[in-house]
Amino acid sequence: MNTEIFGIIFMFLATVLLAIPLGKYIANVYAENKTWSDFLQPLENLFFKISGIDPKQEMTWQEHLKALLTINFLWFFWAMLLLMTQDFHGFLNPDGNPSMTPDLAFNTAISFLVNCNLQHYSGETGLSYLSQLACMTFLQFVTAGTGMAACAVVFNAMRSTSPTPNPSPVERGNTNPKGGEGFTPLSKGEGQGVRLLGNFYNCFLKSCTRILLPISIVIAILLAFNGTPMNFEGKAEITTLEGVAQQISRGPAAAMIAIKQLGTNGGGYFGVNSAHPLENPNYLTNIVECMAIFLIPIALVFALGYYLEKKKFAWVIFGVMTIGFLILLLPTVYFEMQGSPTLAKMGINQDLGSMEGKEIRLGSAASAYWAINTTVTSNGSVNAMHDSLTPISGMMTMLGMMINALYGGVGVGFLNFYIFIIIAVFISGLMVGRTPEFLGKKIEAKEMKIAIIIALLHPFLILAGTALACWVFVNNPDIGWLNNPSFHGFAEMLYEFTSASANNGSGFEGLGDNTPFWNISTGIVLILARYLPIIGPVAIAGILASKKYIPESAGTLKTDTSTFGIMVFAVIVIIAALAFFPALVLSSITEFVMTY
Amino acid sequence: MKTHIFPALKLTFLCILLFVILYPALIWSVAQLSENQGKGDLQNLGQAFTQAKYFQSRPSAVSYNGGGSGGSNKGIANPDYLKEVQARIDTFLVYNPDVQKAEIPSDLVTASGSGLDPHISVQGALVQVKRIAKIRKIEENKLIELVNQQAEKPLLGLLGTSKIHVLKLNLALDKFGEK
Repeated sequence: MNTEIFGIIFMFLATVLLAIPLGKYIANVYAENKTWSDFLQPLENLFFKISGIDPKQEMTWQEHLKALLTINFLWFFWAMLLLMTQDFHGFLNPDGNPSMTPDLAFNTAISFLVNCNLQHYSGETGLSYLSQLACMTFLQFVTAGTGMAACAVVFNAMRSTSPTPNPSPVERGNTNPKGGEGFTPLSKGEGQGVRLLGNFYNCFLKSCTRILLPISIVIAILLAFNGTPMNFEGKAEITTLEGVAQQISRGPAAAMIAIKQLGTNGGGYFGVNSAHPLENPNYLTNIVECMAIFLIPIALVFALGYYLEKKKFAWVIFGVMTIGFLILLLPTVYFEMQGSPTLAKMGINQDLGSMEGKEIRLGSAASAYWAINTTVTSNGSVNAMHDSLTPISGMMTMLGMMINALYGGVGVGFLNFYIFIIIAVFISGLMVGRTPEFLGKKIEAKEMKIAIIIALLHPFLILAGTALACWVFVNNPDIGWLNNPSFHGFAEMLYEFTSASANNGSGFEGLGDNTPFWNISTGIVLILARYLPIIGPVAIAGILASKKYIPESAGTLKTDTSTFGIMVFAVIVIIAALAFFPALVLSSITEFVMTY
Repeated sequence: MKTHIFPALKLTFLCILLFVILYPALIWSVAQLSENQGKGDLQNLGQAFTQAKYFQSRPSAVSYNGGGSGGSNKGIANPDYLKEVQARIDTFLVYNPDVQKAEIPSDLVTASGSGLDPHISVQGALVQVKRIAKIRKIEENKLIELVNQQAEKPLLGLLGTSKIHVLKLNLALDKFGEK
């Protein structure tokens, strides 16, 4: 028993200890300081040269968003094309898996495009090897890079503390402002009170090549040496010890699984994700894959501290996130290790914990730990079936996604947290009767409106979506969606929309979700829940950056104190958690009361 | 928008070269050096054991079909699910009449997450010893010894679970009989 607890304590401490130096490295990458990975510079420069991009050309926040949305738009068509033409993938489809139907392709393309990886198909029977690599693996890299680039823009905006909105040409090193030698022309918007915030393509490509790629290579190789396949032959056929033929799906899995864990993507190579003995062969790989889930989300918090040179502020954010994480984690580990109350009543020993939907090599504690890890970040990979979790654990996984900012997805997790910071600053400001300021910038009505819209969008999408699904279900009782009756059935629908809106991708997989209703409704939720929460924080940060800088004084609200941490925590509890209380009462809480 | 389309197209194309061709090719090449040349550790997939002379694997929602995978996805309070578990308990007790219900560990009556779990708990193997000893006419003590030999310890003795790889145990069991 104790070794299981040691296992999860080890995973958590090791992740945090790795995240601190990684955060420093990430800050150096974004600040263009010298790092060990500078040998990649020529490759990146070649990419920029061929693409006709000047990585030094700075962009306003609006241009950042334009570039981000344009390139995402292109990826959508690339994904649709691949998924709907699987019949023609030839030798890269050795198992002969069919093309996707349009509604399933739409859902899958969107869900991988938005870094969610909700899967309404099963990898073994639904995808060709070409799709696994060219669609899934590709999107898992670039969408994680997109999120990190958006985060880098907000970092840049928070760093802008010079008193004037833009440095004058002289400050930028132009000796002759009127032109001639050594003069860099003004970018669009420069000198008009608009702050320039780095180059989107530069942040994006460097996030991919300098951060995601090296770590993925290490993880993928480790997986391959522990028994995860990385091959291009089709299914293996073996004879079992009892003499029965057994087919085994394989393929280029190791490369894909590494980035799936690292980029908070979560879309498994095999249908059951990291519960599969080839996707997650042993306890060592489980440690590595689990650490990969929230390594970068935590590292980005520390990166902020290094980047802004406000390490204490980073520790306050980390503290708030960690307390929230532990509040979700501890009951989950307790209930999963305690076992299933219904099986205990039948007289079955529960020393192993609740084992329905779990693997023996991983155990109930590591499965509970993973379940919370994957839901507080927007990863969504699983190593146990969440549908079979005990009721309180099921609720904790949903709460993790409902808050969606405790560590959160790579890049976007911090953006969500940024919204809560802005609201907390505003409320604190009102409480002490001062104009709310954050990092020397006044927060006014416009920013608050954006922040509140983004904060309320998430509960709205989840609750309205679930209500719609219930309405359809009640009017068509024979529709056959639910794998479980009663309160747990309601939880299956609630979980699906929560997962979609949090861009998480895990599921109460008993739900029969490959139907036009679910494919299209969650597809729409996915788009809204990805791009609006990127646009909102980037806009707020951009607007704040172009405001006049007010130096700190005795009357300034300090944001690097535990008092402020408590304020942020309170905002998260009130806005995110309480909005969902009625829905949770109708699902997990009632199920808990009735089974215990 | 217009100013971004062509750079974005070209950058996308280059990223495809890097992440879809070069990166997998690198991993594939290195994987060739591994024990199974990147073809996957196929022994690590659970197998169904239906004959009473073998140690049984866990129940599986996909009948150990390695061309797919899946858990039952049943909630713990689902009445149909509880009936299924009761049936598994009853079946187990019929085949293992010397075992008390309270000795059955939960892994033997619950379906795994993947439906392909290669392991059972150590207790899950020990509870089957009496049956197999009778069928194979081997002393119980020797079988218990065999099970304990085959038990895989937690990682470094510190992290994770103890467990039994069912296929390896059954292979060892067949060898044991030959002696």
